[in-house]
Amino acid sequence: MSQRISEHVVLDVEPTGKKVTISVDGKEIEAYEGEPILSALLAAGIRINRYTVKRHEPRGLFCGIGQCSDCSMVVDGKPNVRTCITPVKAGMIIQTQDGLQAEKEAAS
Amino acid sequence: MSIKMTDLLVIGAGPAGLSASIEAARLGAKVIIADLNMKPGGQLFKQIHKFFGSSAHHSGTRGIDIGRMLLEEAKSAGVQIWLKSTVIGIFPGGKVSIEREMDDGTTELVTLMPKELVIATGASENAIRFKNWTAPGVMGAGAAQTMINVNHVKPGNKVVMLGSGNVGLIVSYQLMQAGCDVCALVEAAPKVGGYAVHAAKIRRAGVPILLRHTIIEAKTDSNGTVSGCVTAEVDDHFNPIPGTEETIDCDVITIAAGLKPTMDLIKLAGCKLTFDGPFGGYVPIHNEKMETSVKGVFVAGDSTGVEEANTALDEGKIAGISAAEALGLISETDADEKRKEIWNRLDSLRMGPFGQRRKIEKEHLIDLYNKEVKEQKAFA
Repeated sequence: MSQRISEHVVLDVEPTGKKVTISVDGKEIEAYEGEPILSALLAAGIRINRYTVKRHEPRGLFCGIGQCSDCSMVVDGKPNVRTCITPVKAGMIIQTQDGLQAEKEAAS
Repeated sequence: MSIKMTDLLVIGAGPAGLSASIEAARLGAKVIIADLNMKPGGQLFKQIHKFFGSSAHHSGTRGIDIGRMLLEEAKSAGVQIWLKSTVIGIFPGGKVSIEREMDDGTTELVTLMPKELVIATGASENAIRFKNWTAPGVMGAGAAQTMINVNHVKPGNKVVMLGSGNVGLIVSYQLMQAGCDVCALVEAAPKVGGYAVHAAKIRRAGVPILLRHTIIEAKTDSNGTVSGCVTAEVDDHFNPIPGTEETIDCDVITIAAGLKPTMDLIKLAGCKLTFDGPFGGYVPIHNEKMETSVKGVFVAGDSTGVEEANTALDEGKIAGISAAEALGLISETDADEKRKEIWNRLDSLRMGPFGQRRKIEKEHLIDLYNKEVKEQKAFA
């Protein structure tokens, strides 16, 4: 079930950006161009963005305004991208971050 | 790398920064406003409720509409708005380094040499620590508010709110408007912190307000995200009482425990600070022109003490007028007259049981400035 708000008493919640797909850990999800990457992930029910370096604890949305860095992920190969303030572009490759790199590289 | 000159650089495009830039630009200053976010407006665009106060303070208007209005005014006044632009350094000689993301996605390091500087960096949310408070699903109330009101996405479905100040109350209500289930509002104090009118809305909607309670643990599921919340009653010293624990089924815990002024750049600019509890932490001392102990560095809004958008708008105006005065674009007499009018209006906002305290603290900051700052340090 999508977490997107479909109707609202005050706001016009009709998406304004173009509908695109982005890849998250190899899986394609729907997103709207221009919205924060984090929104698209939450809409798809994805709540873990990264794991901490030392204790491997999950982190997700905490401040939502680019201050805390808990939502950092690997975007198009670049780590430590704050997904709450980085807009979606069509075809982006997003990976869960493990420590300082993408999860799969860390495992290998 | 390039060096650019400008009359005024405003850091932070929230209500304080925008109104400072509008005032200064209207008086003829060349103004650049830098903000690290994708969109300008600071936190105004998540405030979908109507504001209180007098008509001079946009009472009855939603924050989101005030934001739109300010943007229009800033554009028509000729203010240059730099988004996705993070100030990363303030150096002797008045150099300000900005990492600016360009339209093509590349970043450029720009060094600006503004003649005057307004720092309006706002505030960040406080956290309350309990077991598993770092688990995905535990977040600031403002973060949840951003998701629902700006991005139109629910961060989860069943929410427990910690803190009954105005943020906790308003965001609880807005979460319900977004279609979330607010299971409970938890407050350690014996009474609700925010306005009664907001609390009544929450109670009418049937949300239990658990006074003298706190959260002691977030329960997590196998992948480590929030699946519940353990509350407990607290004693008179706010310590949890063993045996009173109860578990609430939820997937989000939002923390509304107040805000802390964002001091990084103000500190970096060398401004003299003081600790002020009611204002949320360290704040710069400043004079009635909103100028700090560093000549040519002005401050406004929550970064000078956590208040509300209305006070930020007016303080921003004062800072903008004062910056224009320092640039020689308006006479001291005219600037004084404008400032006096705004201070009077601010007094009307800083009244009542919540406002009076802030008026006292604001006057304290100005007193400290007058006592402690004999000679301003140079910025540029």
